[in-house]
Amino acid sequence: MLNKNFYLILIISLVFAISFWIGFNVNLLPAEASINAPIYDELFKILFIIGLIIFIGMTIAVIYSLFKFRKRNDQIGDGIALEGNLSLEIVWTIIPSIIVLLIGLYSYNIYDRMGGMKELNHNHEMMSSNTEKIWAGISQNSDNEIAINNLSIEVSAMQFAFLFNYPKGNFISGELHVPVDQKVSMKMESKDVIHAFWVPEFRIKQDIIPGQPTILNFTPTKVGKYPIICAELCGPYHGGMRASIIVEKESDYNEWFNKNKKPEVNL
Amino acid sequence: MTISIDPQKTNNESLQPKGWLRYFSFSLDHKVIGIQYLICGFLFYLIGGTLASAIRIELASPMSDFMPRDVYNQVLTLHGTIMIFLWIVPVVNGAFGNYLIPFYVGARDMAFPRLNAVAFWLIPPSGLMLVASYFVEGAAQAGWTAYPPLSITTPQSGQIIWILSVLLLGGSSIFGGINFIATIIKLRRPGLKLMQLPMYCWAMLGTSLLVVLSTPVLAGTLILLSFDIIANTGFFNPVLGGNVVVYQHLFWFYSHPAVYIMVLPAFGLVSEILPVHARKPLFGYTTMVFSIMGIVVLGLVVWAHHMFTSGTPPWMRLFFTIATAFIAVPTGIKFFNWVATLWGGKISINSAMLFSCGFIINFVFGGITGVALAQVPFDIHVHDTYFVVAHFHYIVYGGTVFIIFSSIYHWFPKVTGKMLNEKLGISHFIITFIGFNLCFAPQHWLGLNGMPRRVAEYDPQFQFVNQISSLGALLMAISTIPFLINVFLSVRNGKNAGDNPWNALTPEWLTSSPPPVENWEGEAPLVEEPYGYGKEISEQK
Ligand code: HEM
Ligand SMILES: [Cu+2]
Ligand SMILES: [Cu+2]
Repeated sequence: MLNKNFYLILIISLVFAISFWIGFNVNLLPAEASINAPIYDELFKILFIIGLIIFIGMTIAVIYSLFKFRKRNDQIGDGIALEGNLSLEIVWTIIPSIIVLLIGLYSYNIYDRMGGMKELNHNHEMMSSNTEKIWAGISQNSDNEIAINNLSIEVSAMQFAFLFNYPKGNFISGELHVPVDQKVSMKMESKDVIHAFWVPEFRIKQDIIPGQPTILNFTPTKVGKYPIICAELCGPYHGGMRASIIVEKESDYNEWFNKNKKPEVNL
Repeated sequence: MTISIDPQKTNNESLQPKGWLRYFSFSLDHKVIGIQYLICGFLFYLIGGTLASAIRIELASPMSDFMPRDVYNQVLTLHGTIMIFLWIVPVVNGAFGNYLIPFYVGARDMAFPRLNAVAFWLIPPSGLMLVASYFVEGAAQAGWTAYPPLSITTPQSGQIIWILSVLLLGGSSIFGGINFIATIIKLRRPGLKLMQLPMYCWAMLGTSLLVVLSTPVLAGTLILLSFDIIANTGFFNPVLGGNVVVYQHLFWFYSHPAVYIMVLPAFGLVSEILPVHARKPLFGYTTMVFSIMGIVVLGLVVWAHHMFTSGTPPWMRLFFTIATAFIAVPTGIKFFNWVATLWGGKISINSAMLFSCGFIINFVFGGITGVALAQVPFDIHVHDTYFVVAHFHYIVYGGTVFIIFSSIYHWFPKVTGKMLNEKLGISHFIITFIGFNLCFAPQHWLGLNGMPRRVAEYDPQFQFVNQISSLGALLMAISTIPFLINVFLSVRNGKNAGDNPWNALTPEWLTSSPPPVENWEGEAPLVEEPYGYGKEISEQK
């Protein structure tokens, strides 16, 4: 009996050890290039480890049963007439309930740290005349006061391109340039069908919806060039609907901005 | 209250053709209709599979070079629609439900045999219509979700035919659902209590409730969408003041339950198969029943987890995260119970058993990624990427399709009186299992690293992993060959099965194989313990 328990504990600890090892050593995610990314990766790691424990555990249980309890050639008759075990069933109802509840609370915390639980009305200068509430995917530290000083960009999406309007410079660009370590605030609108703005390295995504502007805030943390990918089926060239976001040092950004800046025209 | 039925006079036998011809006639026999559903579904599966191969060929290279881009979107849309509405739903519900439910409740047929036949005969024409739309002006190309405004702005004839066809298929599904509910509640043989029914009945009761509650919403939504397309109304058209997000709510109000419509019956089928081949009672019957009903209730209130990036308010996201994650609890219970059913059994390792165990492993994987996807911050990154594609194929293919094959190996002797060949069956399992995992496991990585779904072209850095996935798809295509050979050879020359080759205790095995027209020569037997393995009374040997 003691022997049996010993093996059980050994196997369980092995499953945990392997899962933790894989969880900490196997990286399945692209580079981290925004404030969101490390927060996301923390959640990912935890879910990955819990998932591995459950998956490896269940797989071992199934394969072990198939070997251990397989019918040998000389055997006839049935297995034991075990129809259930109430306490066991209660245990495997309660434990998973606790696990999913904890995961839910934890991911709520993650989401809050990403700024997702904050309401996004009034905090966008372009929205000041508009009192309608707008909800967005993530609103990274959407502090109403600071928002005014943010870099504000208007994104319009159409089949099959993104256009980035810099209202302060009065110009439109096909590439999104942003300075590193500064909060960017984007108001996005679609001219035709639904599109989505996705930057894998930033771990953010937000649908761009015709007739209903959405807002997306983020803070890039790493200089570099990253893809902007449309993630919502929008027609035949959907796969080709991509742009680039160029995160650069503030001085480089200013240089680019001043080069493109157009004088104010009053119509 | 149970009503005792007088022998049904509806089956006017002399008018019904005999032999294989009856499978091509307007038969009222639930067994014939069940097989009709299965064969029809399988033919559409072959079409859907061919389309899937075309997709994987296109994706073997990063450029869009195998077919024009709009054709790619049509192929993608047809693949999804066919697999869901013409293969999985009709087969796990219609085919096995029709064949098995009357046996399980001890009836001679379904409650409404004519409605039953009508429900089946709606399927071939709507399926053919859907496929034929390709040759009109091109098929629908807005994905199986048909989100407006894309579905309003793509060529109209394809989209309208798509809507018509899905409406007919939905109608067929509702007719089937009503019939199953009526049969299970009202046609039970006298003396048979609800809590003595085989688990598949409970699964079908839960599924049919979902069908009846949610499919009408899809129908209504699609009718409004068709008005937007042909009559220029503005329900969902933003140009006319419509709201595209409302469509998504309505669509997913049906389509999340639809994923349970595709998988709950499979849960029922595996609950029939495992006890027989493990020679043990189904573990935890009562908790199984309650978890099915728990899944039905929760399944109705989780739809917005498909819309976490659509701009929904935070409280709504929170609610749908928690509700979705909690579905994993009743689902998890069922998996623990199945493993406990195997534990201590005398397991025959045959094709039916292997496919069922493959189902457990694949589905656990898909369920884990499902719980991860339910977390809003997690989902925001991977929504609409290949990660989601991987997740739901682990569920629908690794889960449900594995169970369909397991069921075919299990009930083939019942239907034909012949055994399937085990060597071919096991090679079918091995190739399918390897091919499936090779095809879909790498897609998780693709999604996490930046490959969106529904694209014909992609960043060249993903080429190698996509080629592995396409290789897996090739193996999956190859795996159908041993299966088809097996079926064709065994129908003609298979080993005689006798009436009850597995020594099973569920009622369908307590009559001859194949069964007579009204299922039993005499009275239907009263099976109080469909899973009474290992008990005195079950000594048949
Ligand atoms: C443990 C249970 C499950 C959970 C927690 C779960 C969760 C989810 C979530 C959150 C999504 C949305 C992902 C996204 O689009 O961003 C999703 C997608 C999907 N799931 Fe599941 N799921 C579960 C089981 C199932 C089952 C049983 C099926 C079907 C038999 C299924 C089929 C699908 C399909 C088809 C999609 C993709 C729909 C589409 O966008 O085209 N899932 N699942
Ligand atoms: Cu797109
Ligand atoms: Cu869902």
